[in-house]
Amino acid sequence: MTISTTDIREKEQLISGSEAIAIACAMADVDVITAYPIRPYDTVMQFVSKLIADGTLSCEYIIAESEHSQFEIVKHASAVGARVFTGSSGVGWFYAFEALAVTCGLRLPMVAMVGNRALDDPGAFGTEHNDALAVRDLGWMLRWVDTAEEAMDAAFMAWRVAEDPRIYLPCAISTDGAFLTHSQQIVQMPSQEQVDEFLPPYDRGDFVLHPDNPITIAPQVNEDWLIEIRRQTDAAMRRARDVIIEAQDDMNRIFNREEEDPFIEEYMTEDADVVLVGMGTLSLPLKVTVRRLREQGKKVGFVRVKWFRPFPAPELQVALSKFKAIGIIDRDYSLGAPQNGGVLYTEIRSALYDVTPRPPMIGFICGLGGREVTVDSSTEMFDKTFEVAETGHAEEPLLWIGVRS
Amino acid sequence: MTTTNTLPLIRGVQNSPLEEYYTSGHRTCQGCESALTMKLMVKAAGPRSIVLGSTGCMYVANTTYYSTPWVVPWMHTQLGSSGSAATGTAAGLKALMTKKKIKDEPINVVSFCGDGGGMDMGLSAISASLTHPEYNHLVLCYDNESYANTDIQASGATPWGANTSFTPPGKLHRIMQKRWKKNMAAMMAVGHPGVRYVATGCASYAVDLMNKIRKALTLGGPTFIHTYDPCPKGWDFDPMYSHELGMLGVETGIWVQYEVEDGVISLNGPSRMIARGRRKRKPVYDFLKRQGRFAHFTDEDVDYYQAKIDEMWEKWWLPGIIPINPEEGLQPPPG
Repeated sequence: MTISTTDIREKEQLISGSEAIAIACAMADVDVITAYPIRPYDTVMQFVSKLIADGTLSCEYIIAESEHSQFEIVKHASAVGARVFTGSSGVGWFYAFEALAVTCGLRLPMVAMVGNRALDDPGAFGTEHNDALAVRDLGWMLRWVDTAEEAMDAAFMAWRVAEDPRIYLPCAISTDGAFLTHSQQIVQMPSQEQVDEFLPPYDRGDFVLHPDNPITIAPQVNEDWLIEIRRQTDAAMRRARDVIIEAQDDMNRIFNREEEDPFIEEYMTEDADVVLVGMGTLSLPLKVTVRRLREQGKKVGFVRVKWFRPFPAPELQVALSKFKAIGIIDRDYSLGAPQNGGVLYTEIRSALYDVTPRPPMIGFICGLGGREVTVDSSTEMFDKTFEVAETGHAEEPLLWIGVRS
Repeated sequence: MTTTNTLPLIRGVQNSPLEEYYTSGHRTCQGCESALTMKLMVKAAGPRSIVLGSTGCMYVANTTYYSTPWVVPWMHTQLGSSGSAATGTAAGLKALMTKKKIKDEPINVVSFCGDGGGMDMGLSAISASLTHPEYNHLVLCYDNESYANTDIQASGATPWGANTSFTPPGKLHRIMQKRWKKNMAAMMAVGHPGVRYVATGCASYAVDLMNKIRKALTLGGPTFIHTYDPCPKGWDFDPMYSHELGMLGVETGIWVQYEVEDGVISLNGPSRMIARGRRKRKPVYDFLKRQGRFAHFTDEDVDYYQAKIDEMWEKWWLPGIIPINPEEGLQPPPG
């Protein structure tokens, strides 16, 4: 990959998702960034290092000796009040897992890019969502993005929400490996003034670690206090919904964006009979398929989940209950789960339990290891979902799509 | 690089600062030498310090919610993260000071780990932290020669033959701990040539230890100190003898007191006298017999132990420090 020197003052840029996030680091005036190589996320750090070398980005840039140290270093930098950025992919993210867990308990804001990648073994570079999804229970806010522009906006949004004193939780931006990390798209850039208006400085307040504020952080609490502290973290995650809505409103106004719903995107769903639901870049083949099937008179639509944590249960309950059947596409797996379904399927199934009418549902696992989700496989998934709409239930609740027999 | 605090050397115990920054509130064992190491560490560093503590006795036994002993700001870090905690804290402060987001002033960053967290799990992060000359911090490894917080399990710092809960003597195997202790401070000094200060220390020699802390923090850049902390629980001796055990470790030549300042090595205290032939090493038996962890030793075991310590002093290139020797033709270091 050639790393070009981008003039970030250009109003329109042809850049990849990784480069978009690197530029966001410069415009957000990030203080500490840690890098460690693993494909495909590491392209963001190649852009970051070039931006530093060219004087566009000023920060402490540390090439760590492992992902564990990468995340621990920025965790501690965040504790003294520094705005931080880091990231990883696949098994690298898992190597950092201990640090990922404790950052939530410490209530330290941190923004990380996950270049979604299959978990070894056997070795595979391609997209799979199991890496980022593994932290879904811990207190990480998780955002899935579709385009380079959305990746950049999501980064600004992530710092703003994570560093909000009502929240103080880490946030990961999931970008599909190769499809977004390495693919260039046109991005309408916000100006520095717009970014400054949207994103206030990080203020750690009374929790800052400094000799002028001699506090003890994370003493041993055991059964005396841990459940109360977990409950506080839960309350922060619950508050995140409103803070995200607030931030999205500001972003729409300041950046002139038109994201109506911060949590989900609906595509041609208004009069649809069946819809497919998924996350990330598979929206491209899905949207093409929706248009083609509509040309044949089939009323289909697509719903893209943008925030996975906090999970947009209220939005999905409203959006999905009106369809004759829904199909959930997982670019992940959860072996041994109910109905043998993927993670998104299981979550949506749970979210819709109390909804009346409750739409019949089918789950699909596809695109693992970065295998392309094609128009053909998307059409197959729509066909299967139509069958469910006709019979009212799925004979087989979960199908693997596009797998060689 | 941000500036460092200039901490003057302490001339004698009567001239040491009266202020304590590690006070009541901890619940370490009676006779805990590591607790004394903590106390001397922050006494020497003073109030303009941030202390990071990785998991281990000095986390769990020290820092119970609502009863912290730390007067200076303190934060927990993970078992293998003392190096990363030091780097992250120092980098965060440097970034904020450089960008004028906070006042530019010298702040001591001290990160401690036990022997398990430092010499086993955290080795790679400590090593990495010592490669960043632009960040001022001290990593202090308090070595009580086992995972003493979790029930005395053998670590990479446990001496040969010691009875730990993972290496108990049995009917078939009298010696379960067949490994020799890692040579940590020398490994840090030799492996990281840009580091301005590496030292060993022992709380039995309190003024020496405080001055080593002050030298490390004053010289700046990343620095490392390895302390030798007798542990009544793990070594199995009466808590009143902690100090004496530390001195015996040095006097028998098992533990070597030295410092490496800007690439120049010097031995300190009794170790210096031993190296110069002005003092005879005490037999290791005097040290071993005082501790329950060696109670299963036979005469042969003691002889073997003594032979290994003799080898350290008589056959190593640098006695007690560098366990490799030059081939013929290479010049050994002067005297």
